Amino acid sequence: MDERAFDRVALFGGIYSNHVALREAIRAARARGAQAIYFLGDAGGFGPHPDRAVEILAGEGIPGVAGNYDLAVVRGDAECGCGYTDPRDNHYAQVSYDYTLRRTGAAARAHLATLAPAIRIRVGDRRALLCHGSPRRVNEFLWESTTPRAFIDKLLADAEADVIACTHTGIHWRRALDDGRQIVNVGALGRPANDGRTEVWFALLEAPAAGDRGPTVEFVPVAYDYKTLAREMAEESLPPEFIETILTGWWTTCLEILPPKERARGKF
Amino acid sequence: MTAPAAASVRDAGVPEVAFVEIDTLWFQAGGTLCNLACAHCFISCSPTNHTHEMMSLAQVLGFLDEAERLGVRDYGVTGGEPFLNVEIFEILEAILARGPLLVLTNGMPITRASAERLARLAAASEYSLDVRISLESTDEAANDAVRGAGCYRKALDGVAHLAAVGIEPGIAVTRLDDGSTNAEIVASFGALLRERGVSRPRIKVFEPFRIGAEAARARGYDSAERVTADMMAGFDPRGLQCSTSRMATERGVWVCPILVNEERGRMGATLAETLRSFPLYSGACWTCHRFGVSCRA
Repeated sequence: MDERAFDRVALFGGIYSNHVALREAIRAARARGAQAIYFLGDAGGFGPHPDRAVEILAGEGIPGVAGNYDLAVVRGDAECGCGYTDPRDNHYAQVSYDYTLRRTGAAARAHLATLAPAIRIRVGDRRALLCHGSPRRVNEFLWESTTPRAFIDKLLADAEADVIACTHTGIHWRRALDDGRQIVNVGALGRPANDGRTEVWFALLEAPAAGDRGPTVEFVPVAYDYKTLAREMAEESLPPEFIETILTGWWTTCLEILPPKERARGKF
Repeated sequence: MTAPAAASVRDAGVPEVAFVEIDTLWFQAGGTLCNLACAHCFISCSPTNHTHEMMSLAQVLGFLDEAERLGVRDYGVTGGEPFLNVEIFEILEAILARGPLLVLTNGMPITRASAERLARLAAASEYSLDVRISLESTDEAANDAVRGAGCYRKALDGVAHLAAVGIEPGIAVTRLDDGSTNAEIVASFGALLRERGVSRPRIKVFEPFRIGAEAARARGYDSAERVTADMMAGFDPRGLQCSTSRMATERGVWVCPILVNEERGRMGATLAETLRSFPLYSGACWTCHRFGVSCRA
């Protein structure tokens, strides 16, 4: 298990084949002084040419944990295992998955097969567990409005960690307990955060300074050439609903899984 | 301490569902008391069913303290009709201070004033409040034949009051025996809800639980409709909500919201006493297994 320690580390969430944003995020993280970059799973889905993002991750030597998409593609599963419960969500999830599975080549699958179930690092002297959905389930959705403090306390205790970093939902948030232990959903590079902005997000964790109770967390917006991505998506005949999200920053699909507070913030 | 009732129902041949962890805690806040006596109610709730009285705020607070120590993730409130409980808003506020909440109601007691009060509670909490209203058909006569005269219009008034204050309720529909497909049910309710101001209709279709009043209305379970050991072999217990949730009532803790009118469903006085496996003795357990029913999702 990786137990490397960093003063400043960048954590990337779901990439969903957005290779354009991934390249820009790597540049941004390094410009911000990140000593390392970790990827929290779901290289593919939603976007075009799934091999390209995997080639970048492999070429840059960015370590990562396996998301439900990565596991499903490696196994050749019939569906993505995202954990949606509504038929409308599952419809678009299937469109996305069928395309991704079909277009992921052998080399990319081989790299995805090397991803870890979870990774442990230290941010300063604090123990951080990096996972995809939650420490207990790869496809558990941890949303800000449905992840209460007592539950976070339990997850942290069970994981023997001071920080849990996860993704899977696509919307970044953070909740810290009074003692500084915390959970950080790092968001996603693959699509905007349903906030009407075209940027995508990653998280920068920094070792606690003297007197701080826990690591500091900064969510970093990544501006990228989203029009190029949208054009590639159209060329690949991906659904116009997906392209609209990239162009507008508003989610148009897989909305039924959103809790009421998160749903109310979006346009649809 | 009272011996857990479920210990007496470890029937030979009845498979058990393993307990995983408690993620969801339900409150039978309305007891088994309801302003309605729906012909299909699997708990047989009615104005005169006193199997469970309504819960007091003090009782709810006691369970909330225990739930927090156990790291519960989310909460649900049901009945009976929870909005008949005179302390319901205090109960909902207390829960929303601890975590996300889903409230199940028949919608009839939801006035504009109570909807506004709910909206204030929702806005004041950092956690989500979801409300789900039960209806059975977009045909008024068909709906009221099951739920009671006047129910359709009052429930839809409740829907409109909630939508007007920014709380978009979901709708729970029990599949009746009229031949409709789930897609047809979702489409017809979607159109109806949009007419009532709900911009993002959410409709959850449930298979009927053939216990309680529904067993008399249509039919009960036949002997083949039981969970078998073979069905549980290799089955992820998380596929059954009884592996990750419990139901708190004013008389102790039951295994789930479905078996709350049956003494065999009682597991103990406190949550801690109920964190163990449960025998899947009921035909209702078969329905949950067969159709993947979760009251929460």
